Order: sequence, then C-alpha cells, then structure tokens
Amino acid sequence: MKMRYALRALAGIMRREILRFVGQRGRFAAAIVRPLVWLGIFAAGFRSVLGLSIIPPYQTYVLYEVYIVPGLAGMMLLFHGMQGSLSMVYDREMGSMRVLLTAPLPRWWLLGARLLANTITVLPIVYLFLLLARFWDVRPPAFGYVAALPALSVAGLMLAAFGLALSSMIRQLENFAGVMNFVIFPLFFASTALYPLWRVEEVSPMLAMVAWINPFSHAVELIRFALYLQFEPVAFAVCTVAFALFFGLAVWGYDPGRGFWARRAAE
Amino acid sequence: MNALVIKNLSHSFGARHALRDVNLSLDSGCFAVLLGPNGSGKTTLVSLVTGLYNAQHGDIHIFGHSIRSNPLPALARLGVVFQMPTLDLDMTVDQNMAYHGSLHGLPRKEARERAVEELERLGIDDRRGEKVRSLSGGLRRRVEIARALLHRPQLLIVDEATVGLDVAGRQLLLNHLRSLCRKGMSVLWTTHLLDEVEPSDQLIVLHQGSVRWEGEARGLAPDGKLAAAFLQLTGQPS
Repeated sequence: MKMRYALRALAGIMRREILRFVGQRGRFAAAIVRPLVWLGIFAAGFRSVLGLSIIPPYQTYVLYEVYIVPGLAGMMLLFHGMQGSLSMVYDREMGSMRVLLTAPLPRWWLLGARLLANTITVLPIVYLFLLLARFWDVRPPAFGYVAALPALSVAGLMLAAFGLALSSMIRQLENFAGVMNFVIFPLFFASTALYPLWRVEEVSPMLAMVAWINPFSHAVELIRFALYLQFEPVAFAVCTVAFALFFGLAVWGYDPGRGFWARRAAE
Repeated sequence: MNALVIKNLSHSFGARHALRDVNLSLDSGCFAVLLGPNGSGKTTLVSLVTGLYNAQHGDIHIFGHSIRSNPLPALARLGVVFQMPTLDLDMTVDQNMAYHGSLHGLPRKEARERAVEELERLGIDDRRGEKVRSLSGGLRRRVEIARALLHRPQLLIVDEATVGLDVAGRQLLLNHLRSLCRKGMSVLWTTHLLDEVEPSDQLIVLHQGSVRWEGEARGLAPDGKLAAAFLQLTGQPS
C-alpha cells in the first residue's frame, strides 16, 4: 500500500462524508436540536428534583444543566455513530459500498477512513452545542474546550467503531429500528450521562454496575473531565480498549472470507 | 500474460451450488462475453472475481495476482460495473467521479481531467454538475461505465450493464468498450442477451454454475444461428 494513495483515499472518503452530512439538512438540524431540547426542557424539569453533591471533576455544587452537558455531547456522538452505522447499511443496500470495498486498499484502512470521517464531521456540531450551552450558564474554563477535543475524538471514534461493528451484523435496513430500541436507548440511559453513578447506586446497585461497565459512561466521563481540564485514565483506557475491540469486530465483519458478505450471499 | 485466470472455482450457498469447477482464462485485449440465463451464476462469479467475498474452492488471478492472497494489485488493475447501481444518488456526477478517483489514489486534478474525458466519450459531459438522482437509468449506467474506466483498468468487468439502456445507448457502450479492447484493455461482459455477442468475441456460456462452452462465438454457431446453439447447450432460450 502506497501511503500517498492511501491518504488520497482517506481525503476522498472524508470529502464524501462531509458532503453527505451537510447535504442532509434534516440530520444536521436534528443533531443540534436534539441535545438542546434535552438541555432546555429535560434539564430544566430535573434541576429541582435532582440534587447533586460535589463530585469530581466539579469543585463546587453545580447546576443539573452543567452536569448533563458532557452526557449530551456524548449523546450527540452516540447518535452520530449510529447514523454512520445506518449509512453503512444504506450504502450496502444501495450498492455504493461495493465501490468502497473494491478499492485497491486494505479493508481495515477503508473502514478506518470511514470511521475517522464519521467522527470528524460531528465534532463542529458538538462544539456548536457546547457554545450554545453557555446560554444555560454552562461555562467550563476556556482552555477546557481545547482539552475536550482529544476526549471528544477518542469517544467519537469508539462510538463510531461500535456503529461500524453493528452495521456488519445488521442484515437489512429495516432492522435498524430494533437497534435504536435495544442498543442506543439502553446505552444512553444506563450510563452516567444523565445521573451520577452514586445516585444510581442509591436506587439500584445492579444498574450502577451496568452503568459502570457501559463504555458509553466512560466516554461521557472522559469528556466531562477533559472539559474541566482533568484527565480520567480509567475512562481513557476503557474507551481505547473498546475502540480496538469494536474496530476489530468491524474489520472481521467486513472480511471477504468471513462475516457479512459471505453470510449475505449465502441467504 | 492472461488478464484473468480462474481455476477450479466452486462456490455454494448452503445446499445450492452456484458455481461448479469453473475454469476459464481471458487474454489481454480480448472482449469476452459471459453468457448465461438468469440464475446461471454470472453475478456470483463477478462477486468472487472482484473479491467481495472469497470462493470456497479454487483461485482467481488477475494479471498474475491472486484475488485471495494478493488482492490489492489485482484490484488496482480491475474496473467493475456491477449489475446493481452503485452511484451515490445525492452527489453530483463530478463528485461521484472524484470519489472513485480518490479511492484509486488519483490526484484530484488528474481525476477531474480524466472524468471530463471519459464522460465526453460517453456523451454525458454536459450533465457533470447534476445530482445522479436527476439522471435517467440509462444515463446513470453511462456514468458508471465512465467511472469504472477512470483509473484506466487493464481488465473491465461489466455485469449486465445494458439493463435499462435503449438500443442506441447499448450500441454506444459496446462500441466504446470494443474500441478500448483494440487498445489493449480486456473486457469481461456478462449478459443474458444473445444480440450483444459478435462472432469474433470470446464466448463463455455459463449454465447452472458450470461452463458449457468456451471459445470464439463463431465456433459455437458456424451457421450464425447462435440462439439455436445456445438453446441446445442450456435447454432454454436466453
């Protein structure tokens, strides 16, 4: 594989993903409106019900809005990762995946490029949301926005890899609704995105354990700590290992000798 | 060197044998027609040759490179037009061409120049800025052919690409590809339509997953009655 050619392919895949994302105005709008609805309506209702103690990385009592903003940024990455998965399934159904998979480059590279493109397209929207959140008095330190970039990237890659791995298992576009119900919602609600772990523990230690092993919780915590200029090594390690695992699964799923294509052809 | 060599290729989907011990070879610069009725195994063969999935038995070499053990140089020499449309409908013709060029490592400027050239040859350069969704089925097919030629493949595989094309469009496409063969490119043209075969074409008749005939088309029907000869081989009209 010549690196020059591989980088051109990467650039081409990125351009295509950006064009598609920007072209889909509904998806673009939903990506920003969804977290704002949670922040503006859900958080406003919950702030009076849910008291928060001082937990790291916060050094004082914080408003509920402050607490859920990293979780909502994680939610944006999660939904975008799943949209990427949907887009892979759509491309497969519509045939354009064949163009990608018959390119003279290793499949892991092509899939990795798709993954990277998927993550990069969502980051500006997440930043737009973080800036709009300032209207709700969610104001992390200025340098926190910079420090959050690697955290958002790692979390985004991990969640996009999860979506990619899922797409290699979903056989038809119609099955995607099931993924929403059985994957996205449990991942989101059984996490630390909306409530801190100690709060969950009070209600159900079992659910707290599920939330603790949920990689999405670690993605959220990585973002939360980074926004307040702290590094959370456990969250980083979990996100990195989960990324490697999901990406490996996706590469296996799209391998010509195994996985999706061979299974699909056999149907 | 042979453009394509297929040795002892067999593939099954469950209990159904899609291909049984297929052997064939294509010379450089030849126009070969893979003729077979629907369900004869043509698309399975194309999927295996393009490396979408691996064959259970046998091997495929493209200009000496095995698609299983050394797929990258094999794919670099290969252009494909799949039976299923593969263009991105929400992108323009130009954007689809640029995307394909980038996947084959072409610099953007070169890809753009080649795209103009190929689209001009197929008479669709005036539609370059339009979204593929707005093009008719026939025009989309032409774009797919132009795209498959963008990286100047040495072997082009065209899987039933004339479906949806009018007579003039079919003729334009066939004439163009035959002219490229005269310049050294090899073409494997899969079809179920007998009138796309010319006497000088290399003909491979595939039926129920097996090769029933391989040789010059005029050899199968010296009297020119290809339909009758095909019927005799396969037991059904094409």
